[in-house]
Amino acid sequence: MTVQNVATAPQAGVPKTSVWRRIWQQDGPGYLFLLPWFIGFFGLTLGPMISSLYLSFTHFDLLTAPRWAGVDNYVRMFTNDPKFAASMRVTMFFVIFSVPLKLAFALGVAMLLNRGMKGLPLYRALFYLPSLLGASVAIAILWRQIFAGDGLVNKFLSIFGIVGPSWISNPNYSLWTLIVLAIWQFGSPMIIFLAGLRQIPQDMYEAASLDGASKWRQFWKITLPLLTPVVFFNAIIQTIEAFKSFTPAFIISGGTGNPINSTLFYTLYLYQEAFGFFRMGYASALAWVLLALVAVFTAFSFLTSKYWVHYDD
Amino acid sequence: MATSIQLRQLKKAYGDVQVIHGVDLTIEPGDFTVFVGPSGCGKSTLLRMIAGLEPITGGDLLIDGQRMNEVPAARRGIAMVFQSYALYPHMSVYQNLAFGLETAKMPKAEIESRVQRAAEILKIEPLLKRKPKQLSGGQRQRVAIGRAIVREPKIFLFDEPLSNLDAELRVAMRVEIAKLHNDLGNTMIYVTHDQVEAMTMADKIVVLRAGVIEQAGAPLELYNTPRNLFVAGFIGSPKMNFLTANGEGDIVKTASASLPLGRSASGATTLGIRPEHITVTEGSGAKFADAKVDLVENLGGQTVLYATTTDGQALTVVLEGQRHVELGSSVALYADPQNAHIFNAEGVAIR
Repeated sequence: MTVQNVATAPQAGVPKTSVWRRIWQQDGPGYLFLLPWFIGFFGLTLGPMISSLYLSFTHFDLLTAPRWAGVDNYVRMFTNDPKFAASMRVTMFFVIFSVPLKLAFALGVAMLLNRGMKGLPLYRALFYLPSLLGASVAIAILWRQIFAGDGLVNKFLSIFGIVGPSWISNPNYSLWTLIVLAIWQFGSPMIIFLAGLRQIPQDMYEAASLDGASKWRQFWKITLPLLTPVVFFNAIIQTIEAFKSFTPAFIISGGTGNPINSTLFYTLYLYQEAFGFFRMGYASALAWVLLALVAVFTAFSFLTSKYWVHYDD
Repeated sequence: MATSIQLRQLKKAYGDVQVIHGVDLTIEPGDFTVFVGPSGCGKSTLLRMIAGLEPITGGDLLIDGQRMNEVPAARRGIAMVFQSYALYPHMSVYQNLAFGLETAKMPKAEIESRVQRAAEILKIEPLLKRKPKQLSGGQRQRVAIGRAIVREPKIFLFDEPLSNLDAELRVAMRVEIAKLHNDLGNTMIYVTHDQVEAMTMADKIVVLRAGVIEQAGAPLELYNTPRNLFVAGFIGSPKMNFLTANGEGDIVKTASASLPLGRSASGATTLGIRPEHITVTEGSGAKFADAKVDLVENLGGQTVLYATTTDGQALTVVLEGQRHVELGSSVALYADPQNAHIFNAEGVAIR
């Protein structure tokens, strides 16, 4: 021990290597390779986030310097902005209906595909396609055509003598066309459900069928509980996606959120405030409220998960 | 009342591939029958066909004289214990045991008393509130058996239930399952690839190979009078020694000795002698080979020799007690002709 201490003790007169130098010598090349990511993260994500947090406490029109406004923007939002309330209502409605319906539909299709049918990879790819295309401008334009007064849906209904409304210009239906569009993009949760279903051991079902459990009971008592980790994951991802949804509403309503604000998604309203009225400070505050909302929702989901999500290990 | 099972020309095919080739078997009420054989012999498939988990391609399955081919699994009066236990991970032990009874819409009080009774039999009462992941392998195994017991089935099926347990626990559970059979008296079918399990537990062993029954009978019947080389080699541990031989009259000639059998040996091409039936002591039986000792294992109660005959055939010898045998030494091997088995060129035993 003593010998070792003598050998490793810093000797007088020899300058100590600095901590930074040692880190550089040890991990320098690693950090070098990480540099592009660091630039992207700090320059394009964290930097803008911090500056938007600052801007949310200012009035800023892009042309003149930001003026400090304290919590004015936030106060206005909650006390004196009917459009904020309207956009929040629309977004909540969209989230509450589109997410469960989309998940249910995705699970249903995944269960159909999980029955070992032929050509599974082809179906899987076909069903996944809308998820890749769904948020695109082209699909939104197509959607507008399908649900227009003289669109495909009404042409189909006319076969049965039904005169359908113009779905997208009727405030009672316009949001529902967007919900249907969201459900149509069921591909990515479906793929995850399919992977989850594959994880459930076949002998669980065999044991249940020996116990006399019907397919229905097997679904409720075995499939669904064992799939809860995947349901949980999909629900969180899809809810965040739904809160962030922007393109379809923007295209279908021509950026207005009409008719009568019925498709005024929160993000669309934020966009209008930022790039229509150049109220960057207010738009930043809106963005932070959305972030807080999503964070609260996610935290709530995680807190309740221990009561309904069954992890195997 | 125990239940009989009959298989009549039972067949199973996946497309063009036939895996069970017309099996005939009768299982008496209350029998503990063990299906044994190497991997891929069709023993599990046969069990699953009886359970109703695998459709039957041909032939008849009769339970208590009634044809069951198309009857759904749940209505065959069968409970099965799976190799993986197949416990529902999100349910407590109690819920796992009660699941089948709840499915059958049994009154709550009856469910409770049945679960309690099964838990008592298997000594798992303190575990009822736990989830399967909180249990050891042996405890999970008990719960899996408990899930079968609560339903009070006519027939129990076990699909390699002990293969995931360590050696010590396997022996303990083996004893418990045998005890359970004695207590309940139900007809049980047990699948294993472990011939020791088969020998120790079975009333009747069914040896399968490539979807065909090679021999079915009481454990000692299979041990003493194996019908062919496969059964002779499969039953018994260490496995039977086989030496190339030549039967002339009532003598079997090996490379270095002649063994008078006292019965006709004509047509014999293989001599089979179990390791425990060989001695190295002159005067105890007749000499049948000379061999060089390659390896000696002293197990305390037994001494195991691994040797090679003069014509290069490997042999195992199990000697009682602790014996000192020099490595590399040559020994003469003796056996009682009564314990010698002979087989013809097709591998069929000559009696």
